[in-house]
Amino acid sequence: MAQVMMKDLNKKYDEVHAVKDVNLHIRDKEFIVLVGPSGCGKSTTLRMVAGLEEITAGEITIGDRIVNDLPPKDRDIAMVFQNYALYPHMTVYDNMAFGLKMRKFPKAEIAKRVGDAAEILGIQELLKRKPRQLSGGQRQRVAVGRAIVRHPQVFLFDEPLSNLDAKLRVQMRVELKRLHERLETTAIYVTHDQVEAMTLGDRVVVMKDGWIQQVGEPLELYGKPANRFVAGFIGSPSMNFVDVTVADAGGALWVETAGLRVKVPPASAGRLGAYKSQHVTLGIRPEDLRVASGSDSADYSFDTVVEVVEPLGSEILLDLKAGPNVIVARVDPTVRVKHSDKMRLALHSERVHFFDNKTELAI
Amino acid sequence: MAGRAGSGAGMVEGSRWHKWVFFHVPLTVFVVGTLFPFYWMLVTAFRPDGELYRPWRAVNNTPFWTTQPTLEHAIYLFKQTMFATWLWNTMFIALLSTLISLFCGLLAGYALARLRFPLAGGLGTGIFVTYLVPPTLLFIPLANIIRDFRLGDTSWSLILTYPTFLIPFCTWLLMGYFKTIPKELEECARIDGATRVRAMIQIIFPIATPGILSAGIFAFTLSWNEFIYALVFLSSPQQKTVPVGVVSELIRGDVFFWGPLMAGALLGSIPVALIYSFFVEHYVAGLTGAVKG
Repeated sequence: MAQVMMKDLNKKYDEVHAVKDVNLHIRDKEFIVLVGPSGCGKSTTLRMVAGLEEITAGEITIGDRIVNDLPPKDRDIAMVFQNYALYPHMTVYDNMAFGLKMRKFPKAEIAKRVGDAAEILGIQELLKRKPRQLSGGQRQRVAVGRAIVRHPQVFLFDEPLSNLDAKLRVQMRVELKRLHERLETTAIYVTHDQVEAMTLGDRVVVMKDGWIQQVGEPLELYGKPANRFVAGFIGSPSMNFVDVTVADAGGALWVETAGLRVKVPPASAGRLGAYKSQHVTLGIRPEDLRVASGSDSADYSFDTVVEVVEPLGSEILLDLKAGPNVIVARVDPTVRVKHSDKMRLALHSERVHFFDNKTELAI
Repeated sequence: MAGRAGSGAGMVEGSRWHKWVFFHVPLTVFVVGTLFPFYWMLVTAFRPDGELYRPWRAVNNTPFWTTQPTLEHAIYLFKQTMFATWLWNTMFIALLSTLISLFCGLLAGYALARLRFPLAGGLGTGIFVTYLVPPTLLFIPLANIIRDFRLGDTSWSLILTYPTFLIPFCTWLLMGYFKTIPKELEECARIDGATRVRAMIQIIFPIATPGILSAGIFAFTLSWNEFIYALVFLSSPQQKTVPVGVVSELIRGDVFFWGPLMAGALLGSIPVALIYSFFVEHYVAGLTGAVKG
């Protein structure tokens, strides 16, 4: 049980600046997820916490100890790797007992802890097998088991579910969440999958090019993305972005571009006032669009032409064109449309986002 | 070719014909060509002198087998020459130089495969280049060094020079093997509470056993069979190794003592053959390098 603090953390390889000024306070018992595209520095950050990479500049604290110069074995952490990293020449039992043996635990205590962990994970029958005799899901369980027997202060997960097939991944995701609720140990979890990040994390850290883009609870990231990158990264299908001009007409602010003209919602009007007759980016999530009905205000709706229909069963994804702009909408499965049909869409006026074109920050 | 499914009888006939020409015949030629010298050695070693020096056209000549097998050549080797001493010398030298080379090769191979340090790439290539310098050139400067250290005509002259070609070999073979082992394994061990050295010994070395065994076997065979350095550095009969001893003591001028020569060659190759047969599976795995999680 411990908090983890990162202060002005930097990592430079010969030519690459992989992690830039990362400041992060991970609270005790928190499950935090680092997410971002590959090469964004999330794994490097995790490996610095583990002690597998040297820290170029900055400070990492686990509990109340600065761990910069501590070797991995003295940091009281446990890590689960993407390729499981089970010791192939040892049985499952010995794999799980290895860390305890290294720390000179008495035999009886080792047996008890391994037994407990095996029970939690449902792998009691596998203890005498060698890793090569296990399936992918079983190996992953053993790898998790090896981490939990140690009762470490912090769990580190480096894309632990990426090697599993889609169905197993969903199942293990739920198990990991349940496990964390049961063990209440601080966990840092690295993934490139935003669904994993949103479902597992108490808080999510979005990274890109070595910078932290935003830290927040999953729904906060979804509802109030700090910039265009986070807005596009979180949510699937991703947010629609349209380049628009801010115009003043009849005492109200409007944003407009070819084929699209909507009123700026009152909540954003104040902040958008400074951008009069400038370009900004309008962001709308596909799920915040709907087929316009008679009761929808003309201020918040626009005409489109259907290009592609993707019926998914529980919903339909529509690729539409509003003038030259391609827009994806997620609509009710009862909607019946086909290619080149004309359609009027309404948007959820409280849920539109605006981004500065230069800084890409949310306005 | 063999597995091609034909649609008619002619096709099947054709593939069988192909199989003979491109598979069975070349394989037979290869096997016979490789094994015949060994067979010849075996027969000669047990053939009495009377048969050995019988004219080729004699009526009762049986060049490819013997009618009266005898152990007289082997007995001659042990009674009249210092063959037992040579065997012991060879074993001692081969074992020690193999151990030295394996030790250095393990550490160097691990460092080159795993640690990040300046000039690592250059060092790896440098070690490989030293392996390419032929012993036929290298023995001249080495002879000087051996003389300066007053090691001439001792086993140590060989124990210390064999690693000059064994260490590069072991280093490269083991480096390649270590690279096939996922580095997460030892990272995990280090997080689990092991130091780097401990992770190396308890996790990496056991997994690398096939690689270590093949490096060891190969190093042992190379030193067991080595000829040039042994010929140059050793002069007194009681210091010689099997290859040098047999050749220098059993060929006197233009007289070849074929029986004892072949008996010596046969006895000299038995330990190597035994080692290979015991470890052949590991050896193959070691050269193909395979870790399956």
